This record gives sequence, C-alpha cells and structure tokens, in this order.
Amino acid sequence: MSASRLISESSEWTFPMLERYNEVIGQIAGDFGLDTYPNQIEIITAEQMMDAYSSVGMPLGYKHWSYGKQFVLTEKNYRRGQMGLAYEIVINSDPCIAYLMEENTSIMQALVIAHAAYGHNSFFKGNYLFRAWTSADAIIDYLLFARNYVAECEERHGEETVELFLDSCHALMNYGVDRYKHPAPLSLHEEKQRQHDREEYLQSQLNDLWRTIPIKSSEAVAADSRRFPAEPQENLLYFIEKNAPLLEPWQRELVRIVRKIAQYFYPQRQTQVMNEGWATFWHYTLLNRLYDEGYVNDGFMIEFLQSHTSVVQQLPFDHPHYSGINPYALGFGMMSDIKRICQEPTAEDRYWFPNIAGQDWIKTLDFAMRNFKDESFIAQYLSPKLMRDFKLFAVLDDETQEQLEITAIHDEAGYRRLRLALADQYNLGSREPNIQVWNVAHRKDRSLTLRHTRYHHRPLHENHQDVLKHLHRLWGFAVRLESVDDNGKVELVGECPPTRGR
Amino acid sequence: MATLIDRRIDGRNKSTVNRQRFIRRFKSQIKKAVTEAMNGRSITDIDSGEKVNIPARDLSEPVFGHGPGGRREAIHPGNREFVTGDQIARPPRGSGGGSGGGQASNSGEGEDDFVFELSREEFLDLFFEDLELPNLLRTQLAKAIEFKSVRAGFSNDGNPGNIDIVRSLKGAMARRMALAAPHTRRLHEAEEELQQLLANPPVDEIRAKELVEEINYLRARVRAVPFIDTFDLRYTNRIKQPQPTTQAVMFCIMDVSGSMDRARKDLAKRFFSLLYLFLKRNYEKIEVVFIRHHTVAKEVDEQEFFYSRETGGTVVSSALQLMGEIITERYPISSWNIYTAQASDGDNWHHDSPSCRDLLLQRIMPFVRYYAYIEITPDRHQSLWEAYEEVKEKYPNFAMRQIDGPADIYPVFRDLFKRRTA
Repeated sequence: MSASRLISESSEWTFPMLERYNEVIGQIAGDFGLDTYPNQIEIITAEQMMDAYSSVGMPLGYKHWSYGKQFVLTEKNYRRGQMGLAYEIVINSDPCIAYLMEENTSIMQALVIAHAAYGHNSFFKGNYLFRAWTSADAIIDYLLFARNYVAECEERHGEETVELFLDSCHALMNYGVDRYKHPAPLSLHEEKQRQHDREEYLQSQLNDLWRTIPIKSSEAVAADSRRFPAEPQENLLYFIEKNAPLLEPWQRELVRIVRKIAQYFYPQRQTQVMNEGWATFWHYTLLNRLYDEGYVNDGFMIEFLQSHTSVVQQLPFDHPHYSGINPYALGFGMMSDIKRICQEPTAEDRYWFPNIAGQDWIKTLDFAMRNFKDESFIAQYLSPKLMRDFKLFAVLDDETQEQLEITAIHDEAGYRRLRLALADQYNLGSREPNIQVWNVAHRKDRSLTLRHTRYHHRPLHENHQDVLKHLHRLWGFAVRLESVDDNGKVELVGECPPTRGR
Repeated sequence: MATLIDRRIDGRNKSTVNRQRFIRRFKSQIKKAVTEAMNGRSITDIDSGEKVNIPARDLSEPVFGHGPGGRREAIHPGNREFVTGDQIARPPRGSGGGSGGGQASNSGEGEDDFVFELSREEFLDLFFEDLELPNLLRTQLAKAIEFKSVRAGFSNDGNPGNIDIVRSLKGAMARRMALAAPHTRRLHEAEEELQQLLANPPVDEIRAKELVEEINYLRARVRAVPFIDTFDLRYTNRIKQPQPTTQAVMFCIMDVSGSMDRARKDLAKRFFSLLYLFLKRNYEKIEVVFIRHHTVAKEVDEQEFFYSRETGGTVVSSALQLMGEIITERYPISSWNIYTAQASDGDNWHHDSPSCRDLLLQRIMPFVRYYAYIEITPDRHQSLWEAYEEVKEKYPNFAMRQIDGPADIYPVFRDLFKRRTA
C-alpha cells in the first residue's frame, strides 16, 4: 500500500498514464480470469465520437443518408447539451476496438478501460451468441468489403438507385437474421472470391424456379400443388436474396450485406442487460480492487463512484424522466446479486438457487455470462431479493378490459410471474412481430404472401403499409401481408400495390 | 498486448458525406421548412445559418413493429402502493412514461419535430435555389460566340504594331550591360593603371603602350555590343476571351429621402443586400449599378450605397432620369439584359409622379427585362403607387409589391424572383 503505487493524482490524462492504467487493470482482470481479445484503445474527439455514434458503432460504415440523419440528430442534442456523449464505444472485433473520448478525465478513462476493454471485451469473447453469430476477426474486413462494394455499385448504378435500394433493405433489416443456423465465417478475401461465384449460381437457380418453358401437363399439376417455400421462412432478406425474381446480381449482394450486418448486431440486441450488466459489474469490481491495492486514491474513487451510481440508477415508474427499466441497473444488480448468492446465501436463496448458492462466484458468473441471453438470463437468475429491491410490479394491459390490472407484485405469490413477464419483455420473439414468408404464387402472378402470427392479439404498427412498399421494391411483384389470430383466422391486412375491390 | 492509438488527428468529418446525402434526400421538406421559417421571422443577419424543423414522420424509416392494442404485461420498478389485483384506470394515450404506458419508449416516437441547423452555405443554396432573373435572354442570338480581345502580359513575338517600347528597351539595356560587363571592368582597371603609370615618372614606356593598346581594344569591344537586338523585342500580348452572350445589369435604385426613416431604410437595405447576395451567388457575370436618390440622384459604389447617410427631399424621377442616361451611355440594349429593382416609401413630390410614369413608359420600360418596385410603407399608397399602376397595366414585366415589415422581405423577394415555368 505504498503511495508510490499511485498511478495518478491529476484529472488530466496522458498517454503513459493510460498505458499504465491499462496494464494494471489488465493484470487484475487476468487475476479474475477474464478472457479477452487483445485490446486496441483509440483516443478520439467528441466529433469523431458523434461520427461513430451515427454509424451505429460500425467503424467503417457504407455511405447512407440515414447515418447522416443520425449524425445531425446526435450533433443537435450534443450541441444543445441535452445529451452527454457516451464515454466509450466498443466494437466487437478481434482485436477489440474501444474508443475513448479525449474530453474524459483520467478517472473516466480508467473507468472506460475497465468497462469496455475488459468488461465488454470478455463478454464478446465468451458469450455463446457472439461466438455463434459473429466472427470478431473478420468483421472489420467484411465492413470494408461492404463499404467498397456499395461505393462501387453507386459508381455503376447511381447513388440514388443504390440508396433507395438500401432503404428497402434497411426496412427489413430486423427480418434478415438467421436464428438457428451457424453462419459461415466471413473474410474479405473469401468474400470477394465467393461473391462472383454466388452471382452466377444464384442466377442459374432462379432461372429454374421462374422457368417459362412449357412443361408437360402432369408435371404442371404437380408443380402447381407444390408449395413454395415448402416451409415458412423467417429470414425475409435471405429469402429475397435467394428467390426474388427480378433482382440484379449486385442488388442481391446488397441484400446480403445488409443481412450480414443485421446478423452481426443480432446478438447485441439480445444481450443488452447482460452485456452492460457484465461490463458494469467488472468495472466496479476492477476499480475497487485497484483502490484496495493502492493504485488510486480516495479522490479517484469518489469521482468514480459518483459516475457509477448515476449509471446504475433506476428511476421509479412515476418519475417524470422514467423511461423503462435501466439495463445497466438491472444487469449490474443481477450480476452483483449472483455474487452475493454465491458468497452469502440466505435460506431463500438456497431454496430458489440450490445450484449456485455457496458456489465459487467467479465460476458461476462466468458460466452465466457464457451461456445465456437476456431473456433466459432473467428467467434463470432474477432473485426474489432483487425483485424486492427494485420493487417490481406487473401491469396487465388488455384491450378487452376496461382497466389495467396489477397482476403481480414483489411478493411470494408474484415472484414467478414477475420473473417470467420480465424475461418475456426481453424476448426478441415477442418484442418484434412474428412475420414469415408464407407463400409465393410462383405459377400465377408471382405474388409474395407474408404471414404475421399475432402474439397476444397485438396488431401490427400502422406503418406496415410503408414497409410493404419497400418489400415490394425488393420483390418486384405484388406483396401481401396476412395476419393470423389466435383462433387461426387469417385476415389480409395489407398489400402492395393495392388491388381493386378489397 | 494492448495498443493505444491516437486517432484524434485523422478522420474528421467522416459523416459529412452522409449529412449531405441526408440533406439532398429531404430537400423538398427542408426547403419547405426554410421557406416557412423565413416567412415567420425577421432577418437579423442574412449571413447566418438557419434552424430547420422537419416533421419527424417524414424522415422515419419504417420497420415492422407492434402497434398499440392487444394484451401486454409490462414490468415496472418502484412500486409503492399497488397490491396484486388492483384495477387502475387506463392513462390517456400519449401521456407515455406513466404507469402502464406499456412500452412507452417504443410507441412514443413520431411526435417531435426533427430540428437541425443548416450551415450558411446550405441555407443560401436552398433559399436561392429556384429563383432567377426573369426573361433573361441571350442578347445576340444570331452570332456565334463573340470574342473580346484582352491584354494578357507580354510575349516574345508578335506584330510590330504591338511592340512595347519601354519593355524592349529595358531588356536591351540589361543585355548590353551584361554583355559588356567583363570588358568594362577590365577597361576601368587598365585606365587606372595607365594613369598611375603616367603620374609617377620615369614612365615605363613599354607598359604604357601596352595599356593604351588594350584600352583601345576594350573600348572597341564595348562599342561593338549592339544597342538593340531582335532578341530584346517585347510585344504586348492579347488573347481572345469568349464573351458571355447573356449579359445582365441590375440597377438598384434606393430612395434615401427624409421621409424614409431609419426603419424603412433598413428594410430597403436588407432587401437590396438579399438581392445583391442572390445575384453574386447565382450569376457569375452580372453588373450591378447602385443609384441613391433624394432630390438628386447619384450613382454610387456598393460601400456608399449601403452605408452613406446623405439625405434630402424626394424627386424619384431624378433617379429614373439618371438610369436612362446610364443605359444609353454604357449598356446598349442590343447586348444587355437590363433589370431594375427600386425601393421607396412612395412618398414622392406630387408633381413628380406623372413624370416618373412618363419616363418609365417611354425611356425605361421598353428596354428592361424586368422592373421590380417595392414600396416600403405600412400606410396607404401615395401618388407614386398610382402612377406605377398605370405602368403595370401596360407592361407585364413590371412588378410591384408592398413591404410592411421585416417579415415581408423574404416572401416578397421570393415572389418577385420566383422561377417561372415557360
């Protein structure tokens, strides 16, 4: 505990200081067994941070107006002081890129290094979703490939054409992910080689499906009754890429690019609570250890704790600024709670969590981080104590009822229901409407029919007509959207172009 | 194992392209917003950018999502008094954020306007975009491109008539000095030595003789350098520049009489500065003639036009008279498009208005492409307006508008110079 270990007393940071922080934090993280990609820490200006913001954190985005819109929005909020910029952005790549803003104080920089370069980084490397769906070593290459490809298309086909086409792809971006297959790893080299083959192969496939050469009548009957697709398809963009009749090869490639990027972000959308919770838990743990070992002083800790508590603050539902459950608060709460259950289990914990009560907390947390996503993580680990701490309650809003009903609160009778309902809030499957490709009238008007299976009677948002226009642009022929309610009744909710008599 | 990289130096303005694309994409909406913004406010300074509001729904990128309705169970923190089974009234739609507001953060979109700031350049581009000088014609249709010969430095060859004597002689002198220099130096030395030799007897005859010979020789060498050589000749160089076939001149006539009080003058100046900015920005070659008048009209430069404080009574016809003279003198109507913008409070010496009308009808209107008159008065129109109305009836290219206050400047300006489709 000698004073000589102190890294810094100044709030101004310097490069050697950051290196020292990184070294020490890295060492401690290693002691805790955090497994990370190598770090690449980059110092950027506030303006560059806004750039990074507006390109959804992609270090190399292709050019598109929507990023400009995002930038304008971010800039405005920042200039007006309505919004502080995030202190960091971290990219799931290998090496893991963490952006630090130059305006941060040295304390914030240390916090960000612990949070991003060790917390998020280890999560990216360990969590099963990221392992299955993203290949961190190839993403930068792929983004570069995408950017160049889009630029090339713009040169050949005109900026506006390409941009409009990308708009349509973006509209369906959330429906461009595979949920159950492992994607092949991508890299710039392979991608370029295969892209060419793909174009030709795709075209040959299509030609068969859309063949217009007359066939024998018996065959025709069989073909007519054959459904296409044989099974409903949930990856709309994939379906379009492979089957849309009129797309040019370059358009298919663009669909694919959007799809791949959507896939890359898919795990992040499902692990917000866990990811932030994990990173927050670790910056808290690492910096406290830093303090215990005498690397930082009291002043550091006070500023750090002040920042930390504002990050994990959970406003109550009736607060004017309430905007839902704070993922940092919930995630940090749960991670800390797991540690508590391991170290000091109560009788209640032993009843609820017989498997982890009294176990080694590092191993337990590591297991939780690796094998869950938000939905399952909450369903598995949300403890009665935390529900009491948060004073959670469930409100049922049923349009058939006059009034809202409180269906569960943080008491013995309500714990399970609360936990399930909260887990369901983080289930992408219930957050987003379930829409699948149902049928293609491949022997008739080539129209595409989508089917929306209603979840708890929830109707689609009224802008679905606009989305259908985009889908129509991609598909090239009529597009219909049907909705199936819980009783199996099918109803046409939209079509594009609209037909007469409907 | 960690790398620390300082990226602050590179990659500024990465989003500029995307921002431009965004603006191009929403040009029509932004333009509408710009126009609306202008209509509703006075200009303080034209040089600043402008805040623009666009309804957020116009910019939305639609995606499939759940709409309100159906059955949903939401979890909220911070329970105080609820117990299981409580029934609560449904909060009104759109209050958002309250208890049971469902996914308030998701459904609360699309209400706020999207506000952002355009830079001055972007703003002016949009503002002036579909404005033009009406009736601009190519003045000399039949001829192919017309060239004007202009001076462009000097050249080494050319026609004897173009010899530039001063340049040529300067060159010759330099050449003479340079060529004779080694001989002259030696000549001076020899002469000096000879003098010393002669000054100190007994004289070394042989050496003196040698020196005299050398001196004679060197003098001949120096004389042999020609006074002028073809090499020295310089000619004025002229090149042909294509003349624009659409030449235009804008006459800006401003009334600075005593009846124009500070506020009115200010309005007139704002109008003219807007006009000036527009002309400079959208037309590469345009001449502007500034005329100020009270009882006497005077052609002035830009500086004086906008900043001079001289004032007096009002005789509008003086300005028209002057303009007529300038036209005949400098802007032959065969090759010039002539435009006029006049600003006045309409308070003219009452006997003068008929003569203004006559001047316009006879000496001016037949020659100008477009004549815009703005009257800066919140009051009733006076004699000048009535006189001008007669002109307007005869000539469709005569436009008159009234400006009450600063808020009118932009709309009136746009109205006057709106692009008219043929």
